[in-house]
Amino acid sequence: MTSLPATTEKRLGLVIDLDTCVGCHACAVNCKEWNSGAQASPLSDVDAYGADPSGAWLNRIHTFEVTPADAPAQIVHFPKSCLHCDDAPCVTVCPTGASHKRSEDGIVLVNEDMCIGCGLCAWACPYGAREMDPVENVMKKCTLCVDRIYSETLAQEDRIPACVRTCPSSARHFGDFNDPESNVSVLVAARGGIELMPEMGTKPVNRYLPPRPKTKAAPRPDPARPAASACAATPKAEGFLGWLDAALDRLG
Amino acid sequence: MNQTSGAQGTADGGIRKTTCYMCACRCGIDVHLKDGKVHYIEGNRDHPINKGVLCAKGSAGIMQHYSPARLRKPLLRTGERGSGEFKEIEWDEALGLATTWLGEVRRTDPRKLAFFTGRDQSQSMTGWWAQQYGTPNYAAHGGFCSVNMAAAGIYTMGGAFWEFGAPDWDRTELFMIFGVAEDHDSNPIKIGLGKLKARGVKVIGVNPVRTGYNAIADEWLGITPGTDGLLILALAHELLRTGRIDVDYLIRYTNAPWLVIDNPDGADHGLFARGEDGTPLVAHRATGEIASSATPGIKPALKGTFGLPDGRQATPVFELLAGKYLDPAYAPAAVAERTGIAADTIIRIATEIAEAAFEREVIVEQPWTDMKGERHARMIGRPVAFHAMRGISAHSNGFQTARALHLLQILVGSIDCPGGFRFKPPYPRPVAGQPRPHGGACADTALAGPHLGYPRGPEDLLLEADGETAQRIDKAFSWDAPLSAHGLMHMVISNAHARDPYGIDVLFLYMANMAWNSSMNSTSVMQMLTDKDESGNYVIPKIIYSDAYSSEMVAFADLILPDTTYLERHDCISLLDRPISEPGAMCDSIRWPVVEPDRDVRGFQSVLLDLGARLKLPGMTDAEGKPVYADYADYMVNHQRKPGIGPLSGWRGTDGSKTGRGEPNPDQLQRYVDNGGFSEAHVPAEALYFKHANRAWSDWAIAQGLQDGPVENIFQLYLEPLRKFQLAARGKIKPAAPEHHQSRIAACFDPLPCWYPPFLEDGLDEDAFPLHAITQRPAAMYHSWGSQNAWLRQIHGENALYVPGAVCDRAGLEDGDWALLTSPSGEIRAPVRRMDAVNGSTVWTWNAIGKRSGAWALDTDAPEATRGFLLNHLIDELLPPKGDGRRWANSDPITGQAAWFDLRVSIRKDPDQSGGESLPRAKPQKNPVGAAPSTVSHGRERAQ
Repeated sequence: MTSLPATTEKRLGLVIDLDTCVGCHACAVNCKEWNSGAQASPLSDVDAYGADPSGAWLNRIHTFEVTPADAPAQIVHFPKSCLHCDDAPCVTVCPTGASHKRSEDGIVLVNEDMCIGCGLCAWACPYGAREMDPVENVMKKCTLCVDRIYSETLAQEDRIPACVRTCPSSARHFGDFNDPESNVSVLVAARGGIELMPEMGTKPVNRYLPPRPKTKAAPRPDPARPAASACAATPKAEGFLGWLDAALDRLG
Repeated sequence: MNQTSGAQGTADGGIRKTTCYMCACRCGIDVHLKDGKVHYIEGNRDHPINKGVLCAKGSAGIMQHYSPARLRKPLLRTGERGSGEFKEIEWDEALGLATTWLGEVRRTDPRKLAFFTGRDQSQSMTGWWAQQYGTPNYAAHGGFCSVNMAAAGIYTMGGAFWEFGAPDWDRTELFMIFGVAEDHDSNPIKIGLGKLKARGVKVIGVNPVRTGYNAIADEWLGITPGTDGLLILALAHELLRTGRIDVDYLIRYTNAPWLVIDNPDGADHGLFARGEDGTPLVAHRATGEIASSATPGIKPALKGTFGLPDGRQATPVFELLAGKYLDPAYAPAAVAERTGIAADTIIRIATEIAEAAFEREVIVEQPWTDMKGERHARMIGRPVAFHAMRGISAHSNGFQTARALHLLQILVGSIDCPGGFRFKPPYPRPVAGQPRPHGGACADTALAGPHLGYPRGPEDLLLEADGETAQRIDKAFSWDAPLSAHGLMHMVISNAHARDPYGIDVLFLYMANMAWNSSMNSTSVMQMLTDKDESGNYVIPKIIYSDAYSSEMVAFADLILPDTTYLERHDCISLLDRPISEPGAMCDSIRWPVVEPDRDVRGFQSVLLDLGARLKLPGMTDAEGKPVYADYADYMVNHQRKPGIGPLSGWRGTDGSKTGRGEPNPDQLQRYVDNGGFSEAHVPAEALYFKHANRAWSDWAIAQGLQDGPVENIFQLYLEPLRKFQLAARGKIKPAAPEHHQSRIAACFDPLPCWYPPFLEDGLDEDAFPLHAITQRPAAMYHSWGSQNAWLRQIHGENALYVPGAVCDRAGLEDGDWALLTSPSGEIRAPVRRMDAVNGSTVWTWNAIGKRSGAWALDTDAPEATRGFLLNHLIDELLPPKGDGRRWANSDPITGQAAWFDLRVSIRKDPDQSGGESLPRAKPQKNPVGAAPSTVSHGRERAQ
């Protein structure tokens, strides 16, 4: 059993905007590319060119179809990675201390030198956010790119997780949830950011911004409403070409 | 080996900035090296296209670079065509053989070379090579891609959607996107959508399938395929009916006031009335007096009938236009059933367009002067932006549909204004500034001009003396496809096989998977490539192919010239070709070898120049017969298309101080490298909008070498070249259209945008084939390239057929079942997945996931080959025979664009659910590059 810090100085995490995510997988692939080349062991792929390719990923995009009762079916793309929970069951279940949550910033990490590959943490995580590396036999998970955000060699603007830096539609945001003025706290307040599965009691740090309501079949507008000044007025009784005369008169 | 051990250094080994080639988007990338090897790729923050972001494909480029499918050495076929049996040969032998084959053809009949380059981004160079060689048979892949979009845009307004223009993401108030699924400009569109979402701007997606961009659209119109034109013209109907159009814009920038001759039996009926100098005429609104449309300050009539000085009658375009679209046939209620969009919805969206355009106008406080010399105090914008791509254009009515969308944009005055659609330099470039097509072929002689161009009328067709037979093997610029500005690559193999209009000797292809996913009816195309004549020789005698990877097409070639990966080569993304400009900046870029190849491969463009020198082609050899260019890098710097104009615009002049025009600069490539791989010249503030009519833009474009002088660009709502073809179809002008083309030209070549049903529906038994079938391009896979990618194939390793729930219920299909999908020309077996976020009469799948077993260095039992499938097998390049016994091309009749999305099918559950494999399956091809590794541990060598 490994203990959790009672509080953490910062609570670093992600806000993921489901209203903006187009499901392009950019975050997942750049994450794998960065983290496979990081100080930790690679994120391996087995049967890479064969019948059943699989590999370790720290972030995956899931796609759901939702069919509201009164609107057309819609698709929601749902990127999922470790949520860096305050009450992280993957930490408390770890028999070696490899899985731990940092007191300074709340990031949940795995010390691969101590990981025995027992897989208990993956069983304990209700989100399925941990993956056993098929070659290295150690547990892999999102690090919030801890080797980027504290890097002294990267430019200041690049000290953010790879997934956030690469996201083409700016659907991913990184910051400190303990700071009410941070970009992530402001977004969550403005857009009603939600916890994932709060009933599990894990107190996840990451938040998701829900899709905004879609346009439904709105009532038919009044076709006789006055048209805008810039484009002249409603046609007169003599029809479109009559309207045209009036419009041209206004142009002078 | 510890996640907790802190920051990794990324920069040791250095960062090299070049240009991505994982799709046609061409983003800037920072390639991180470690120990001299490619270690990590991320977006270049300074780059005008992607501004630091990078998509899944771009990040997975590292796996493409290390792909086990990379070709290693030139190959000579040893087995039967299609088998994949080759022997490795040296470059000298390969180039010697190619020179012999190509030299013999050039000495005798250059038409017998068909040189077609697929997803080539060096078309200005490959086209120039083909021109110097002298074959009329050259084009790239636009004919099976989206030429309808390009041609409709150029003919109508001098620019196009594609990647040649962009919405004004920062200012638009309403965005409507038609038929776009991760097509061109993929990262700029995603960046733009992110901006709209952050500003709360409404996005309306029009697409039969609600994935990707359409998934996040605030409103989705799940339109029936092939009916976009009807929806658009119904919106135009509503805007006209309610008087919500920008009349001032129409008078200033379009041919709305031009007079159209009304002379029903004349050879001039429907042409513009012109003055003695050829300038179109208008009528004074107040007096009816006839005057030149170029008269400064004229207030022209938009309606009425006017007598011309010679007694003929004429009517302004606008009256014809209004009459056409106000017709009840275009009323929302009349199109609702066919489009699948409710009339109320169409009416509401027309209102939303009008509200955004006219009640939320955007003003940029920037004075400017128009081409007639009038000074404007500010730039007033109609902030409605549209974008569209293959979904509306890959139909047999795609050209007119794309024209209809431009008509809609122009009616509300939203082209190149603040908040609207914006041209990217070098556009706008209207037909007046475009070449005509060039054909003809003489032994040992270069072609007189560029192959591809924009015909002004039947007089520009490339026909033999009989006025009917096509000069080109693909029949581009013939009566089959008069305005085929990008050629018809998809017809080359079938025409060459049929020896119609003639047989060829050498088929020379570059990076186009024509034996598989880039051809209609792949099975029959493979047969055409392997068919032999009565003497036992292949009907298509010699095939040379260049590619970097072991694709399906490789197996069908006789001689393989192996290309490099995109990180090992020089390239220029040129303003002469398909540049990377943004609306506010003229941009181009390069690729350069950030690492050297570890195989015996050469960049294709360098090989082509080498072949050109061996063949002694003009421009490629000097007076002493020596090569002019050492390689492609040398060409990029020193080639001049006109004095001072070369492939790259940045750092020209002997000291690198000039932009656009200037002498070659020997240090030019280093300057590009130093600047991150690209050049960016900002458009002056006064020239940022209204480029079609802006004096400051014209002056700047001339100074930069984008145009030689002022070019008039009046938006062509009424397209006179189409009217000329209609007159040719009535025998009124020469050359006259052959009789069997006449009715089709009369019906489809409407000078005002029109809608007609997709050709496949003509005579179709709707009950037998009730469903539409289309593909969407996935965001994480580009054509066939991604399957060899260890990471991307974990995302899209197989494809399912997505079937509307109600259709599943009727057919008794459940998730995972195998269905038989039948079209008028074929049948496939595919795994089913139920889906409701799709048009109710449409089934769809991801594009180009299915692979031939043995290709791309995948194991022969890879899911791409066993469960993946292509719709191509259901699509014939010819339509079913009609009453006259002729079979028409399955293409747009105006441009020849392949009508991929006209496909109609029926679906049923396969009575035999036992086998787990898709059908049809081609016999496996032998893999010439060796087995792939079973495990990938990217970074392992660096961690140790």
